[in-house]
Amino acid sequence: MGQIHLEKVRKAFGEAVIIPELDLQIEDGEFVVFVGPSGCGKSTLLRLIAGLEDVTGGQIVIDGQDATELPPAKRGLAMVFQSYALYPHMSVRKNIAFPLKMAGMDQAEINRRVDYAAKTLNLDNYIDRRPAQLSGGQRQRVAIGRAIVREPAAFLFDEPLSNLDAALRVGMRLEISELHQRLKTTMVYVTHDQVEAMTMADKIVVLRAGHIEQVGSPLELYSAPRNTFVAGFIGSPKMNQLGGAEAARYNAETIGIRPEHLRLSTTEGTWKGTVKVSEHLGSDTFLHVESPVHDEPLTVRADGEFPVHAGDVVYLTPEEDKIHRFDAKGLAIR
Amino acid sequence: MARRVTKGRKIVTTVLAWFVGLVIFFPILWTFLTSFKTELQAISIPPVFVAFDWTLENYRTIQSQSNYLHFMLNSVYLSLGSTALGLIFAIPAAWAMAFSPTKRTKDVLLWMLSTKMLPAVGVLIPIYLLFVRFGLLDSRLGLIVVLFLINLPIIVWMLYTYFKEIPGEILEAARMDGAGLAKEITQVLAPMAVPGIASTILLNVILSWNEAFWTLNLTTSNAAPLTAFIASFSSPQGNFYAKLSAASMLAIAPILIVGWFSQKQLVRGLTFGAVK
Ligand SMILES: Nc1ncnc2c1ncn2[C@@H]1O[C@H](COP(=O)(O)OP(=O)(O)OP(=O)(O)O)[C@@H](O)[C@H]1O
Ligand SMILES: [Mg+2]
Repeated sequence: MGQIHLEKVRKAFGEAVIIPELDLQIEDGEFVVFVGPSGCGKSTLLRLIAGLEDVTGGQIVIDGQDATELPPAKRGLAMVFQSYALYPHMSVRKNIAFPLKMAGMDQAEINRRVDYAAKTLNLDNYIDRRPAQLSGGQRQRVAIGRAIVREPAAFLFDEPLSNLDAALRVGMRLEISELHQRLKTTMVYVTHDQVEAMTMADKIVVLRAGHIEQVGSPLELYSAPRNTFVAGFIGSPKMNQLGGAEAARYNAETIGIRPEHLRLSTTEGTWKGTVKVSEHLGSDTFLHVESPVHDEPLTVRADGEFPVHAGDVVYLTPEEDKIHRFDAKGLAIR
Repeated sequence: MARRVTKGRKIVTTVLAWFVGLVIFFPILWTFLTSFKTELQAISIPPVFVAFDWTLENYRTIQSQSNYLHFMLNSVYLSLGSTALGLIFAIPAAWAMAFSPTKRTKDVLLWMLSTKMLPAVGVLIPIYLLFVRFGLLDSRLGLIVVLFLINLPIIVWMLYTYFKEIPGEILEAARMDGAGLAKEITQVLAPMAVPGIASTILLNVILSWNEAFWTLNLTTSNAAPLTAFIASFSSPQGNFYAKLSAASMLAIAPILIVGWFSQKQLVRGLTFGAVK
């Protein structure tokens, strides 16, 4: 079981209110990702769930039991830290065994579980090394191993991949997704990375200044953002947001159109513009187009081989049914 | 940018280092030499360095006049006892200050240190009266408590600087892994801080071993440590320098040996944090 309900949770550090009031339901087996700009309170929220910080108000209910006052050790959750936080004075084996030892499990069972975890995480060759003798990726695996051996009610991850290089990150991302499919244990995952959020999550929670802006599946957030903030935050490159006369034509204060929903032509279209920068990624080309309809360059996605260069004149046509409309408060008009 | 070390500079610094080293070491060397002289040679002018009749007479006299072992054992009890007591209180205190600091933590630390600036004699009367009242005069227990209290600020400070270097997330990981407070401290924090704790123990043992004010004022015989042993050889009449030197050598010998073998540890402990 791994059901976590946050009810009217508040958190302040002294005078500074970080989380004003927040309700969130995390159901058993879900993969929930927290995203939001730096400093919005993602880590704080995770640490409140873990019990590493005390709530200022509200309740945290884990599997139907009020856990608000429980110390971290009693909540049955496991955490993987950004810095891995391995015990430097213990071997890999002892690191992974530590939570089992704390639980008072007998040695034979500890050995069996550690060996199994080490095998599934490809750590058997390093089992007697100290953390200092491991690479970043291996350390990350040890941290994950230490979390899975005790079969917790839920896993908490705080940007676990941000210290790894790009290639390793992709590999570990898949491993964590596989782990989730295999264990079917609730996972709460904090990240900055769009791709991690979109690919791993069952449910994304978008936070801003301690508020939940929207909760939903990755596709819901992508296709129906509730407001301009979520619209701008989910999706990469960012959605183009236009105001003024163009928005007025659609009876909105602001309209949003994603780079992949602008049709590109060199001969005709709705908006005329000049290419300022073109970024060729191989599979795609991203163009930053200066146009009189908007004071910032519009981002457009084109095919990888699209023959265009800085200074060229292009025409852009938004796909009508993919236009997002927002009112004066920034809320989506449906 | 690496500074180029010229040969000339190297010679100058070497000579300077040796000079400073010798100046610091000279009193111990002089005491050592004096302890093998006769009382007359010990006060002869001009002083003799090595060209005297080396004798073990002083050591023999001392052995016959007092029980060295009794004093030494007291020194061991007092220094180890006060250090053990100190760690029991200081480790949790330093843990709290390093890992859950508040706005006032720095103030508390400074205030603790400021107690070291009060001259000990300022509290002699109240402490003496307390000792009389509780029948603690000339008892090891009483002295252990006093030595523990006077060194506590230093132990807390040293451990605090060490603990500050340990990432808090590792302790949080231990908490998540199901460790309670006791296990967190004994199985994760303490093993990681072993070098720091070791040098703290060492320094505190040395400080307690050498502490003379309280040990002289609060003991007579039963609990008297080596400081009292030395003092007993200074007498208002007659020549006593040679015997006093021999007594001093005997008193500092154990700590000198311990210090010699652990000097690396000690230097590292005292300069820890200063280089970061
Ligand atoms: N112990 C603390 N004392 C005071 N303020 C804190 C403390 N911990 C966090 N904060 C503040 O709370 C806010 C949220 O911090 P938090 O670490 O949760 O952000 P985050 O969303 O995880 O950011 P990032 O993406 O950069 O990791 C920040 O403004 C931070 O300064
Ligand atoms: Mg964070």
